[in-house]
Formats: sequence, structure tokens, C-alpha cells
Amino acid sequence: MVSLVVNGKTREVDAAPDTPLLWVLRDSLRLTGTKFGCGIAQCGACTVHLDGEPVRSCSMPVSAAAGKKVTTIEGIGATRAGKAVQAAWIRHDVPQCGYCQSGQIMSASALLAKKRAPSDADIDAAMSGNVCRCGTYNQIRAAIKDAAASAKGA
Amino acid sequence: MRAQPMNASRREFLKTSAMAGGGLVIGFTLPGAARLAQGADKAVPMSAYLRIAPSNEITVVCGLSEMGQGVHTAIPMLVAEELDADWSRVRVEQAGVDQAFANPIFGMQATGGSTSVRGHWEPMRKAGATARAMLIAAAAQTWKADAADCRTERGMVVHKSGKKLSYGQLAGKAAQLKPPADVKLKDPARFTLLGKSGTRRLDSAAKSTGRAKFGLDVYLPGMLTAVIAYPPVPGGKVASVNDAKAKAVRGVRQVVQIPSGVAVLADGYWAAKLGRDALEIQWDHGANASLSSEGISKMLSAGAATGGAVGRNEGDAKAATPAKKIEAEYEAPYLSHSCMEPLNCTAWVRKDGVEIWAGTQSQGPAQGILAQVAGVAPGKVKVNTMYLGGGFGRRFAPDPVVGATVLSKITGKPVKLVYSREDDMRGYFYRPASVTRMTGGLDADGRATLFSASVASPSIMEGSHFMKLPPDGVDAFGVEGIRDCPYDIPNLRVEYSRQEPGGLQVWFWRSVGHSQNSFFLESFVDELAHAAGKDPFEFRRSLLGKQPRYKGVLELAAEKAGWGKPLPAGVHRGIAVVQSFGSFCAQVAEVSVGADGTPKVQRVVAAVDCGMTVNPDIVKRQIESAVVYGLTAALYGKITFKDGRVEQSNFHDYRMLRMSEMPAVEVHIVPSTEAPGGIGEPGTPPIAPAVANAIFAATGKRIRKLPILG
Repeated sequence: MVSLVVNGKTREVDAAPDTPLLWVLRDSLRLTGTKFGCGIAQCGACTVHLDGEPVRSCSMPVSAAAGKKVTTIEGIGATRAGKAVQAAWIRHDVPQCGYCQSGQIMSASALLAKKRAPSDADIDAAMSGNVCRCGTYNQIRAAIKDAAASAKGA
Repeated sequence: MRAQPMNASRREFLKTSAMAGGGLVIGFTLPGAARLAQGADKAVPMSAYLRIAPSNEITVVCGLSEMGQGVHTAIPMLVAEELDADWSRVRVEQAGVDQAFANPIFGMQATGGSTSVRGHWEPMRKAGATARAMLIAAAAQTWKADAADCRTERGMVVHKSGKKLSYGQLAGKAAQLKPPADVKLKDPARFTLLGKSGTRRLDSAAKSTGRAKFGLDVYLPGMLTAVIAYPPVPGGKVASVNDAKAKAVRGVRQVVQIPSGVAVLADGYWAAKLGRDALEIQWDHGANASLSSEGISKMLSAGAATGGAVGRNEGDAKAATPAKKIEAEYEAPYLSHSCMEPLNCTAWVRKDGVEIWAGTQSQGPAQGILAQVAGVAPGKVKVNTMYLGGGFGRRFAPDPVVGATVLSKITGKPVKLVYSREDDMRGYFYRPASVTRMTGGLDADGRATLFSASVASPSIMEGSHFMKLPPDGVDAFGVEGIRDCPYDIPNLRVEYSRQEPGGLQVWFWRSVGHSQNSFFLESFVDELAHAAGKDPFEFRRSLLGKQPRYKGVLELAAEKAGWGKPLPAGVHRGIAVVQSFGSFCAQVAEVSVGADGTPKVQRVVAAVDCGMTVNPDIVKRQIESAVVYGLTAALYGKITFKDGRVEQSNFHDYRMLRMSEMPAVEVHIVPSTEAPGGIGEPGTPPIAPAVANAIFAATGKRIRKLPILG
């Protein structure tokens, strides 16, 4: 058994310690907002926060998350940055197919939690690990800037 | 997919009924449904619905698949426009599988070929207009007034006296009325929703909160998750398998051999994957163990040199003796679609039938195929369409739904078949490779007098298993984008030579044949312009006198990009113009080339003429999306073979365009009263040649083989 704190709740999971966190979240806890894209930390679709830091859950054994705070797309709206990012995403109609957007939002929320007014270079650095096959990058950039502006005003 | 005249009567088009709780339900069949049902001599099904509830909520049931292209917003908009609905009360519901939802252009329920708006532009508006007429009639009856004195606005019927009733209040009464014999559609000049900016997508909130359910998000009680060990060489088979170690993996429940490989079924994905890793399989590689990209290129090149079936022949290209002759061989590689969501399907074969849950573009064909796989009547196959994490044509193919159904039939349990990213990328169904030899000629004044192309490529028509190579031997997809060369050139010839290296399964990839052929044609036309000593924009323009819509987008893109005006140091322009799927798109790419030769696309200016639009905001996003898809492939995309094996496996060796490489994109829409064209694909073809032509402008190096960074 592995004990995890996910979105503020303690969860006991019967999984081998080397099982990737992604599959524990999805297959065991049915938190399906976190997506499987590549399995080798190349696309960012599986991004979650571990003690506030963005990590690729497909390549992190669940044992490494034990005792830490895991935040997923289902819980990010409870954070100031996450709430602003999600609202901006909706305002800008960012998603197309939407499959990568949980990961995009998690990366963007982590960026905004650290930098209140990220530059284009900051956005490039924080977001280039997240692939979007629909090509929504310009809308993502605009939404991040809008979220930064709205969070500042809040 | 052959177009036939339709003779569906009004009676077949429309049926109304009361909804439990007093609402109005309008059932109608799309023209394609009647066509197929008549052919099969069956009763026309009646289950495409528009529902108006007493709460004023309006539900449009949509048979098309949402894969990012915005169809779950566009289809309700078509209904809402004619209904004069309050858009804030309109919602969309995904339909199941039913011939009533057959795509009018395909005659089967499927989403692809940029057909959705083209096929549903009229029938969905008619449904809205019919409901509106019935609501007005119900109001007139209630008020004992003349229907002519009633109008509609934002979900209300309003009498000239100022009395109002909401659609929800009227729905129950309207359901008792006979639908009108015919309805008049709005003059497009009166549209308030269609063609106007500002109507928001209906799926943004679900997709920004993790709530949207994709195929992979389906979980059923007692479900097993399956992964399959596939033969590493196309056409290979299992010689022998030792599954002892696989079965010893914690969570693995079953290992079964099926025609496509060896499946490991487990309690979850990770156990299934570990189980597959532990399989010991001896493969019989079959005939393709020495397949290589070098060999494929040689085979295609030889085919292009020999020539083949004649697809277009004007003037006398063979006898033409131009003052200047230019010859070049172009090549494009196989490509993977690489949807963000790896392929998957959940199937449950029960005694009473089959049920699947999948992000599929082809519910209709899947129903027929799975009925055969499971040995049940087609009506016993239920398809639950989930959101598609990208489609691009790949999700038109039946391999995941067949695989999952076979495994559920064998095990008797619900089975979710999952492709790993590697399975997805190595699972064939590729955009076909092509080699094309081009010959062009100029007269003494630099005017083009000759164009001939000899295309060698695998046949998508034959590979599709639902089409056949036509009697003339020319694969329509193999030559599209070249055969329809719009330039006014007197001697013009296009040939097609079918080549099938390794018998590889090829498939439809966003914009299909245009994806490579537009690169060939629009790059070669650039070569001709330079050989003639003319500006590439002016050269094209001079040959498009009989093609106003091509010329219109070409001029608009050039104007908006400031063609001919100075650029920052080191930045160069390239231009291309393409018609595909009934829409015209020109793009100007602004590209800088680094000291190491690496190009960086700074800005893309696109002009599109797609006729009347439904949602111009989505149109712009689709063009931008298509640019990214095409640019990714142009810069990086190639699936290659060595010793019969696909060399690429995941995003580290099949690269994707990322945020830091994203150009600025501007999209300008040509105002138009023409019938709607497609929009999901037409933005893809022009970007590769526009970028390659800009690189030529920057470096003098002509790109004749993709990818650019190959």
C-alpha cells in the first residue's frame, strides 16, 4: 500500500511502488483529467504538481510521491494561479481537441504561481515541454498573459 | 461515398413528437441516411433530434465527432440561427450510431474530409426553421392570433402587441401540431449568428477542467486493460510465444494470441505493459524483413521515371518544345498522425450485442465491421462516441475498435485496448510516401507553356478497403493537388504510377494527397518563377486569370503580409496557394535561417476563402491549427524503415513543433456568399511550400525532399 495526498485528500492505494504515478491517478483513483500521451516525459500531457512543482507523472514512480502533496487538474482550481489560468483558458476558448490541455494548464499554473508576470521567454521555457498537436500555442500564450493580468488585479 | 440524387420526401425528413414533461422533439433524417436506407430497402430511421424542453433548454443531438475542429459548436449554431434560439440555452449532445446521422456527403455516419459544415449546412438549418415555424404556430394558436403577426427573437415568440411566450412554454403545444409542409430558410444577409465573430465554443469549460471524457477515460466494472505485442515487421506473424513470465506479472489476467499479435490483458495499463515486456516471442518476419527507406525511395523514383496512368492531359505535353525546360524530382516521406491521445477503444461483447466506447471518426462503418467481428446484426452494435484527442484522419481507421472487440469476444469481459505511444507511431496507417517528377517549360518571354508531373505513390483508395482504384488507374488522393493544378498552362499532363512498397497500410492524413502534392506543385511553380526571372507572387498571379478565388486569396495574403516591402534583416518570404476541400488558402511564410542552416518561421499570414462561414473564430483557429500540423511535418516529420522496422518510436525521434518554435499566425477571411467549403484541412497544404520557398529566398537552396530538417 502506498499513501498519497491527492488534491488535499489522503488516499491509500494498492500499487507496486514502481508504478508510475500517472497510472495510479488514472487506473486506481479514476482521476482521468491527467492524460497519458507518450510515457517518456516528452509531451507533458501527464503533468501534475508535486508540492507545487510541475512533474511528468508518467515517468515518476508512485513511491516518489508518497508523503508529498499531489495536485491534479481536478484540484488546481482551488489554487489562486490555477483558478486564474482555468478562467483564462475558458475566456480564450483555448482548447481544440483538449487532450493536452490538462497538462498545459498544470504547467501554466506552476509558472504563474512563481512568476506573477511571466515574459515570453519565461513562457517558452515553462511551456515547451507540453506538446499540442492542434497547435493552440498562441492561444495558450495569450491566456497565460491574461491570467497573469487578471490574477494581479484580483 | 458516391454522390447520388436524393429523393427523400418531406415525410421522411421530419417527424415530431412530444417529450416527457411537455417538450418538443424534432426527429429528422439527413439526406444521406435516406439515400442509404432506400438502397438497402429498409425503413428510414428517425432519430436525429432537436429537443426543446419546458425549461427553455435546447439540445442539439450531434452525430459528428468532436476532435477539436469545433463541430460540436458549429452544428448547434446552424440550428440556432434558423430557430432564433437564445444561444446561452443551447447545448449539444453526442449521438449514438444510427443511419439517421449519416453524413450527407458520405452516406454513412462519419466525420472527415472537412465535410461536416458542407454536408449539414442546409439540413440542420431546416430543422431549426421547422421548429421555429411550429413554435410560432403554437403561439398563434394560444393567442388566437395570426401567425403572420408573430416574430421570434432569442428563444421567444413575440406578438406584434408585445405579448411574449418562451420556446419552453410553447414546446408542449408545438409538439401536438403537424409540421409545416415546407419552410423558408433565412437570407444569409439576415444571419445574426452564422458568419459573425464572438460565438463561444460549447466544450471549453469541460476541456479546461479535466472533465471532458475521451476514449481512454472510460472505465467499466470488471474491465481488463489490454496491450498487444505487434509484429515488428509489417506482415509478420507470431512463430512461437512463451508467456510464462508475462503471466507471472502482478495484475496480468490473461495472454491471448490474436491475428494482430499477442495480447496481454491485465487489471490496468501498467500491469499490461509490464506483462507485454515479459513476453518471449519468436517472430516470423515474412517478406518485408529487408524493407528500407532507401529501397522505398528507389522503387518510387523508378515508378515516377516510368510513368503510369494518365490523370489529366491537355495540349500536348510530350511534344512541347519550350525555350527553357526545368526538371526536378520531389519526394515526401511516410508520416504518422500522432494524435495526442494514443489510439484506444473499450469494447464489451455480450450475448445481446456489442457496445464500444471510442473516440472514432467512423461510427457508421465501425457498426458494420463490428457486427461481422462479433457475429451479430448491425443493429446490435452500439457505439458510444467519446471526445477524440485528435483525429486527423487516423481515427477513421477501424484497427482499435476491431482489436478491442476481438479481445472482449475472446475473454467475455469488457476490454480497453490501449496503444502505447510507440504502438501508435509504429502502427502504420501512414500518410503515403511519394516521389514525383516534374517537368516545366517557359517560352522566350518567361511564360509557362508546359507542366507535367509523374506521381509514384501507394494507393489510399485501395488501402482504405471501402474504395477501389477507378478504371482509369489513377488514385484520386495520389494526384489531388497536382491534377487540379489551377495555373493556365496550355500543355499539361499528370500521370500516376501505383507503387506499394512492403504492402504498407497507408491512410488519410490531414489534407490527404494535398499534404505532399501541394508541396511539390507550389515549390515547382516557384522554381519556374525564378527560372523565368519573375517575382513568385506575380508569376502565380499572371497564371490565375481564370481562377478568381485562387487569385483572391493569393492577393489578400500578399497584401496583408506586405509582399514586396522590406523585411527585417535576415527574414525572407515565401508564398503558396492551394484549393482543397472546397476552400482556397494562400499563405505567406516569413522565415529566417540561422548560421547553422536551421530555419525559424517567424510569421505566417494566411488568407482563406471558405465561402460562407459558420463561426469565423473557429475558422481562424482551424487554419492556425492546420498550419502548425503542416509545419511540424514539413520541418521534422518522417517515418523511415530499416530492416523492415519503423525507426521512429516516440516524440524524441518523431519531433513535434513546440511553444518556443511557434510562429505568429494571422488569418484573414475573404468575405463570401459562396456555399461553405471545408475548414479542418485546407490550411495544411500551403505551409510546407510557403516555408520551403522562403528558405530558397533566404539561401538559394531549393528543398525538394521533406522533411526540411531531414
